Amino acid sequence: MDKRNQKSEKKQLSRRELLQNTGALLVGFNLLSELPLTAQQQEIPGIGAVPDGMSSYPYANPDYLDPTVLDSWLSVQADGMVTIGTGKVDIGTGIETAIGQIAADELDVPFERVRVIMGDTHRTVDQGRTAGSQSLARGGPQLRQAAAAGRLELLKLASARLGAPVERLVVTDGVVSVIGEASKKVTYGELIGGKQFNVKITATGIQGAMVVAPEVKAKNYKDYKVVGKPIRRVDLPAKLTGEFKYTSDVRVPGMLHGRVVRPRNVITGTPTVDESSISKIAGIVKVVREGSFVGVVAKTEWAAIQAAKALKVTWPEPVHKMPATQEAVADYLRKTKSARDATGINKGDVDAAIASASKKFEAEYHWPFQMHGMMGPCCAVADVRGDKATVWTGAQGPFTTRDRVASMLKVPKRNVVVNFVESSGSYGRLTADDTSEDAVVLSRAVGKPVRVQWMREDEHVWGPKGPQQLQTARAAVNAEGKLIAWDFQDHGLPWTESQGTPQLAERQIGVKSTLLGNPNGANGGGEHYEIENHRVMGRTIPWPQDDPSPIRTSALRSPGEPPRVFGSESFMDEVAAGVGVDAIEFRLRHLKNKRIIEAVQAAAQKAGWVSRPSPAPASDGPIAKGRGVAVAMRINTIIVAISEVEVEKATGHVSVKKVTLAHDCGLIVNPDGLRGQLDGNIMHGVSRTLLEEFRFDPSGAKSFDWASHPVIRFMQVPEVDVVLLNRPEIPPSGGAEPSVVVIPASIANAVHDAIGVRIRQVPLTPQRVLSAMQAKAATRA
Amino acid sequence: MAKISLNVNGKSHAVDVDPTTPLLYVLRNDLELNGPRFGCGLAQCGACSVIVDGRAVRSCVTPVRTVEKKAITTLEGLGTTAKPHAVQQAFIDEQAVQCGYCMNGMVINAKVFLDWTPNPTEQDIKEVMDPILCRCGTHPRITRAIIRAAQYMKAKA
Repeated sequence: MDKRNQKSEKKQLSRRELLQNTGALLVGFNLLSELPLTAQQQEIPGIGAVPDGMSSYPYANPDYLDPTVLDSWLSVQADGMVTIGTGKVDIGTGIETAIGQIAADELDVPFERVRVIMGDTHRTVDQGRTAGSQSLARGGPQLRQAAAAGRLELLKLASARLGAPVERLVVTDGVVSVIGEASKKVTYGELIGGKQFNVKITATGIQGAMVVAPEVKAKNYKDYKVVGKPIRRVDLPAKLTGEFKYTSDVRVPGMLHGRVVRPRNVITGTPTVDESSISKIAGIVKVVREGSFVGVVAKTEWAAIQAAKALKVTWPEPVHKMPATQEAVADYLRKTKSARDATGINKGDVDAAIASASKKFEAEYHWPFQMHGMMGPCCAVADVRGDKATVWTGAQGPFTTRDRVASMLKVPKRNVVVNFVESSGSYGRLTADDTSEDAVVLSRAVGKPVRVQWMREDEHVWGPKGPQQLQTARAAVNAEGKLIAWDFQDHGLPWTESQGTPQLAERQIGVKSTLLGNPNGANGGGEHYEIENHRVMGRTIPWPQDDPSPIRTSALRSPGEPPRVFGSESFMDEVAAGVGVDAIEFRLRHLKNKRIIEAVQAAAQKAGWVSRPSPAPASDGPIAKGRGVAVAMRINTIIVAISEVEVEKATGHVSVKKVTLAHDCGLIVNPDGLRGQLDGNIMHGVSRTLLEEFRFDPSGAKSFDWASHPVIRFMQVPEVDVVLLNRPEIPPSGGAEPSVVVIPASIANAVHDAIGVRIRQVPLTPQRVLSAMQAKAATRA
Repeated sequence: MAKISLNVNGKSHAVDVDPTTPLLYVLRNDLELNGPRFGCGLAQCGACSVIVDGRAVRSCVTPVRTVEKKAITTLEGLGTTAKPHAVQQAFIDEQAVQCGYCMNGMVINAKVFLDWTPNPTEQDIKEVMDPILCRCGTHPRITRAIIRAAQYMKAKA
């Protein structure tokens, strides 16, 4: 037996342990009835707040499937089908397929024989929320190690069965055979089919930081057979025929339909409700009121929709009014003391270098509140029965939902089961799981399961927003045209709603949020450039939410970074133009990281970039053309975008004609899946740069549907050209969101190249561009 | 409430519903057809599209009584995973889906469009599909899938 085998501790589990661990992907124990309360139960605060190496291991209690039990991760059926359980969830990016590839690869089974179960709190390991493009970066290695541990156990069983040492065994398509004795073979199904492994593995740390089975050596990347292949997504055929079941398709016996009633403004105090206003609508079960929460439960969905619309609710005048304008928020960001500072980089003496420099630059950049804009508004079903509850949701953090619901109902966590059912793509929006809480309040009130889907207006107005941000930037260059100082300060708001804080319904029924919210970081401020005096700071400006407000905030695809990279890469471009140097050449002067340099060169080559300073020479005719570049690195993923735009001189209308993107995220698990994600990021980036701003004034939200808040459509779609830089020797970093960060600056830089006008505020609406052009013309005149 | 008879995917169904109910909720909740989806309820996104007498309509704003006795086809009526319609197969072959929530609108509208326009240009496709929203940004692949679907449909014809 080799050393690896000796290290992995094997012991028989008692029935009690089995019950507690229910490693039970396979065995259908009822957690709710089987598991007694134990003294070991303890609270886990929100993700990110928990340091590694906690003194007592939070998963060693029956509230969680125990990650130190191999059966918690995988099972093998008699027919050889392998089931992998993961706490990660698919939010439309295709990780179900990618995780299946990883498991198939490590276990040496055909991809088609792997099934992935995601996010059910009673039968998957808590691997942390699905966010930050971390599912494959962090969840992937955990699952690979668990699969490697499973493979090793299977080999040990085969060794005993075939009478040959593990070293002499080889696995092909789930069949273990003895090298040189082809007749001696046994299938995985025959070895363990339908039974549990009953084996302990090591798991330390929690959630995304968990280290799983380090005692087992997984395959070398050179031996990957399934990972790296453009395997077709397993979920697509059913999604194209109506056979796929999303959250909104969950129907449970006796289910009623609920809708919530909320104003377009800040919610203050208790509203007055005139129930007689809906007396003519048939099928109303109950008008539910609790604190400032108002909802309707009805027998049919249409009755609930009509009732929620017709119900006469008079909301008290908000005490804390929404700000008058985006500029008023910008002023607040400028003037308010930071609650927490994050440092991206801080070296040299920036202030002294700028003070003594002869050529200096200074600028300020603005980014508005933006929304996720899920195509399907959020939806959940809850069934609250006494002190127990079952919830069906597409939440990005099913365990967070479970913990919040348990807290709402004041019951132990194990009394709440959350089943993950995929929803409409959410881009961070479902880190705040509002409808689960709405459904719980309604179900508790009527004692029956209730399905709640938000209406379009609910989603636009009340979905938490990506925060408004403001950046101030200063720089100095020397006589050789090289940056000697760079000072980039981001002033942003924390995410008040997406880190396990009380959600909307909870707050309406009286739960106060005592947390500041999670800061949105400092990365993306130009820290990847080599500059002698270099400071990048992210300042978290408090965003008090005394009353629930439509400008509640949460993480939105690459949170904080599209704004910061818009600022930093626009500023880089301003400096390059200011010293009369080509935008790419200027960036390369300040880059040392080989991967970044190669990505920049790959994008430039693919786009046919011709070296010249910006702006382009003025053109005759109604259309001005320009090109712009932006470069960034987000959590080890490198992205370079080159946008080509046309600006209509008479109207200021910008259209993006082509985007070339170079992408390096280390090992590519599924190149076709990745390309799909990159298309998506480009479209998302174009849409947010040109069109999107959540609008409001003290009278309330002004963005409440797709007409008042448009997003990109087919006619606005640019040509896309993607270069994938595969680096199999580097572990995979994220692919689902980093590339969105470079799109805004690449567009703004292209607009500057086209018309010689710098737009420092998103979105680049025709009016804004035209005004800037007119202002520039006026200065010249 | 009223008894209404509907012809959906070639089968007739009798439902007892408020006749003002939009077709979407009857298809989803009474007939348990999940293809048509709720996206906006305002005819602004296309996720709820169904085919009524050969035309794509937004079922979220179509009162059920107005489609009585008409031929209604939903996504389920086009094909199944075992036997997909040419448009569905083309979308699978282009892997033109991310979250998939908008796919009902994409496939239904593409199907009707191709019935009328067997040889579309890329520009035609973009113009016709412009009102159908996708938030994942799958547009380039959807456009390619519709071009491919046109070829599949011609090959079958």
